[in-house]
Amino acid sequence: MTSFVQPVGLDEACEAKAAEPDLVPLAGGTDVMVELNFRRARPHGLLDLTRVPELREWSVSDGCWLRLGAGVSYARIIKELGGHAPALATASRTVGSPQIRNRGTVGGNLGTSSPAGDALPPLLATGSTVELVSVRGNRLVRIEDFFTGPKENVLLPDELVAAVWLPVGRGPQQFSKVGPRNAMVIAVAALATALDGESRRVGVGLGALAPRPIRAVEAEDFASWALDWDGGSGIHADVAARFGALVAGACAPIDDVRGSSAYRRHAVAVLAARSLRWAWQEYRKDKSCG
Amino acid sequence: MTATWAGQRARPGTVGTGTIRADAIPKSRGDFAFSSDLYADGMLWGATVRSRYPYARIKSIDFSAAAVMSGVRCVLTHHDVPGRNRFGLEIRDQPVLADDAVRYVGEPVAVVAADHPEIARRAAEAVAVEYERLDALTDPRLALSGVGPDLHDGGNVVAHHRIRKGSAEPAADVVVRGVYHVGTQDQAFLGPESCLAIPALDGGVELYCSTQWLHIDQDQLADVLSLPLDKVRLTLSGVGGAFGGREDLSVQAHACLLALRTGRPIKMVYDREESFFGHVHRHPARLEYEHGASADGCLVYVRARILLDGGAYASTSRAVASNAGCFACGPYEVPNVSVDSYAVYTNNPPCGAMRGFGAVQSCFGYESQMDKLAAELGLDPVEVRLRNAVGTGSAMATGQRIDGPAPVAELLRRVRDMEPPAPADSSTCDDVLMPGGAANTTHGEGVRRGVGYGVSVKNICKSLGYDDYGTARVRLSISGGEPVAEVHTAAAEVGQGLTTVQAQIVRTELGVRQVVVVPADTRVGDAGTSSASRQTWISGGAVRAACEAVRDRVLRIAAATLGAELSELWLADECVRSERTATDVPLAELLGSTNVDETRVFRHRQTFPLDPETGQGDGHVAFAFAAHRAVVDVDTELGLVRVVEIACAEDVGRAMNPPAVEGQMHGGIAQGLGLALMEEVQVVDGYIQNPSFTDYLIPTTLDMPPVRLSILEIPRDDSPYGLTGVGEPALLSCPAAVVAAIRDACGIDITRIPVRPEIIAGCA
Repeated sequence: MTSFVQPVGLDEACEAKAAEPDLVPLAGGTDVMVELNFRRARPHGLLDLTRVPELREWSVSDGCWLRLGAGVSYARIIKELGGHAPALATASRTVGSPQIRNRGTVGGNLGTSSPAGDALPPLLATGSTVELVSVRGNRLVRIEDFFTGPKENVLLPDELVAAVWLPVGRGPQQFSKVGPRNAMVIAVAALATALDGESRRVGVGLGALAPRPIRAVEAEDFASWALDWDGGSGIHADVAARFGALVAGACAPIDDVRGSSAYRRHAVAVLAARSLRWAWQEYRKDKSCG
Repeated sequence: MTATWAGQRARPGTVGTGTIRADAIPKSRGDFAFSSDLYADGMLWGATVRSRYPYARIKSIDFSAAAVMSGVRCVLTHHDVPGRNRFGLEIRDQPVLADDAVRYVGEPVAVVAADHPEIARRAAEAVAVEYERLDALTDPRLALSGVGPDLHDGGNVVAHHRIRKGSAEPAADVVVRGVYHVGTQDQAFLGPESCLAIPALDGGVELYCSTQWLHIDQDQLADVLSLPLDKVRLTLSGVGGAFGGREDLSVQAHACLLALRTGRPIKMVYDREESFFGHVHRHPARLEYEHGASADGCLVYVRARILLDGGAYASTSRAVASNAGCFACGPYEVPNVSVDSYAVYTNNPPCGAMRGFGAVQSCFGYESQMDKLAAELGLDPVEVRLRNAVGTGSAMATGQRIDGPAPVAELLRRVRDMEPPAPADSSTCDDVLMPGGAANTTHGEGVRRGVGYGVSVKNICKSLGYDDYGTARVRLSISGGEPVAEVHTAAAEVGQGLTTVQAQIVRTELGVRQVVVVPADTRVGDAGTSSASRQTWISGGAVRAACEAVRDRVLRIAAATLGAELSELWLADECVRSERTATDVPLAELLGSTNVDETRVFRHRQTFPLDPETGQGDGHVAFAFAAHRAVVDVDTELGLVRVVEIACAEDVGRAMNPPAVEGQMHGGIAQGLGLALMEEVQVVDGYIQNPSFTDYLIPTTLDMPPVRLSILEIPRDDSPYGLTGVGEPALLSCPAAVVAAIRDACGIDITRIPVRPEIIAGCA
């Protein structure tokens, strides 16, 4: 490694990245340092973003959008954003160990773009937008356009993830993840479900079930159509099962050391049916109270 | 003599009292110095070049590019091994550095020393080894059947042990059969392999390392280095866990070779990934069982065929296979037995010792069978075990009569009768306590509770005629006006609490407050291995014997000085007390500048090899027993398991340091739970797929349930203080109990551990 750059502001960070596009951005280090320690990566240099204050802020504008700085830790999301971003907060609780949650960030999850990144299904389910920044300015990318393959994304060599924009207050959200251990486990299958009462849409984001984090569009369309938004009647067992099957059908999982593709499909179908019920139950409760 | 013991047993820090370990606070605070923390001025770092292939001939090794790298001090291959290029615990069949061939992925081929660890690693990468790949033999069943290449002279069957007892054709009312598999478990000790080797002025080497047995390391190293024993001097460093994985040499020989070549201290530390290739694992096993019983549930016969994959080198495969066979019937009376246990060579990672040592694999087999038998007969699983449980006087499968305590039925009743944990209630229960933990996978949907039992037996101490002994030196002197006892053994403290137990014994026997436990090294006689649950028994026995010798000499000095009869004197409160005159003479006064220094060797009773044809004989010193009850909640749709509680009852003979005994039991249960549910080194075609703690999963605090312990203390009459070994039993039947509980919850048959969610969910 030849350089270690430690900017103290976002502009400076962008300039450094523009000057040395080979620099690997380092936020919590929970991915990058593992790669270094296992000597899978020997980067030309590191761009330490932990001293950039702009990345560690979040705000809600007009009561509609949460702008979450890329460097906000999972521990803070759990503590501060359970109301605005319930699925993301639940997902954050399942990230690694307390030490990893203190360090790890959503920006890091986006930068790494692992298909199993825990924060990613909630971003997909809610229809979030990623804000990228460079010396050339800022640009917004819809989350489903951000990932291009396993650990690949649209970031250009001079760009950094600045923030992610999540819609807030639209309706109940759920996140669930399956792994062969009750904590500190990489997802074998992960699913986020978000209900939007205004547009009467159901969003579904999936992790560890395809080469990249994906939405389950057919399942979303089906559930959006099948739910009794006006009457608020309960979900018929057939509807939940069909929803689960459509979610499973959207997947293209692999067999690996963590789980078989057959199990991943099976598990996500179960999770999908359960989480649609949980979200719908909450929606009806809110509706009858509101 | 007994007066001393009886009068002082309740004093703090003596035998039987809860005594805080000297390493407890430093370890909790992160201040404890492990062998990976060692440092010497001017030291170089070693790194290892490892085989990329499971089986290949080495055509050439070109290290010219590595040797000229800046900061690289030397590169060594098998040509540079001055002595015998072989090591091994039972058969010296494993090259220190591969010569003609490599037989597993990760086998050491060359070693490098450099100024900086990263330079050493890069130099290791720059060593070009030209291989001619050979067809690897990775299926142990093929190895057993004689198909494939002979990986060593004499073929691929490392061990075949037979047990034949009773009738060959017994008749039974009920027969149950099963084939079971146990995956490869790793010891997953947290302190990676590490050492510091310092070349000595006399041409020898001083080695500071983590090991379970200093003298067997010394013995092998002397042959490898072609040095006399007294020029290979070992000192035990801070050991970060062992569990059997430090019985074989890892970094030791490489570091010594580099140190002697460069004349500089050499430090070696594996990282976590390398550690998975750097030590042996628990043997994966395939177990075929047939149990025959009478209609009332009494066992008539057991037939078993057990195949262990020993991997590329022998390590302890012979003894593990023997143990798997000896305990294949479990702690049950079985009149007719036919067991064949095998270990074979393959091109998989070498397997050897791990906590439970063959008895764990068998236990999963026979306990699965006992549940099957209970179901077949419509009997309660505990009841069928009680009807067959051995007791004192019973014969084991090897024909050996159990002459010590064997409270198997009592242990079973204890776990059965413990209050069950509260039922799952998703409305009041914390979500993280449901199957799936913090990941929000169920709010009660699909969750069913199950209860399962397991009971187990294992030998304590070395078996089959091995001359097993320990040595201890105890020195009593006066320092600053106070008596100080120094105890010196070569026994390895591997985290089990041995150092503290040694001090407890000295306080108990000599009645002195100040006890110094000298670091274990090879300046004192052999202690044997810290394994087989034997070290407190053997080295504890040696320490007690040395203390008795010291006490005897002190009392003789006192008798001569005071003109008293030896029989009227005893030691108490750091004084020699005379019964007749009711006077106390302080030790400080009596001894002055005299040091009393005694060394003693302790042996357990003799054992004998088993008959090679029938497997009958008095092969074991002692048997230890434990029973488990597991309560689980299973999400039957997702296949996720939350263990709600484990209860364990164990006879420990005497709890030398009760909190340490509990610690051993908690740890054994955690390791058993890991084997039941998640811990597996996954090997495909000889390649380890998950050499990291990202994918080799060990239980977290959300996986480890509350544990209920019931500790019996039935003293043995042939061991120090009546103790028996406690290192292994609490692990043995834990996996069997957990799996039985999962079966109970889901009603499906499970024949393999670890149990993967796919199996429970029915979509493997």
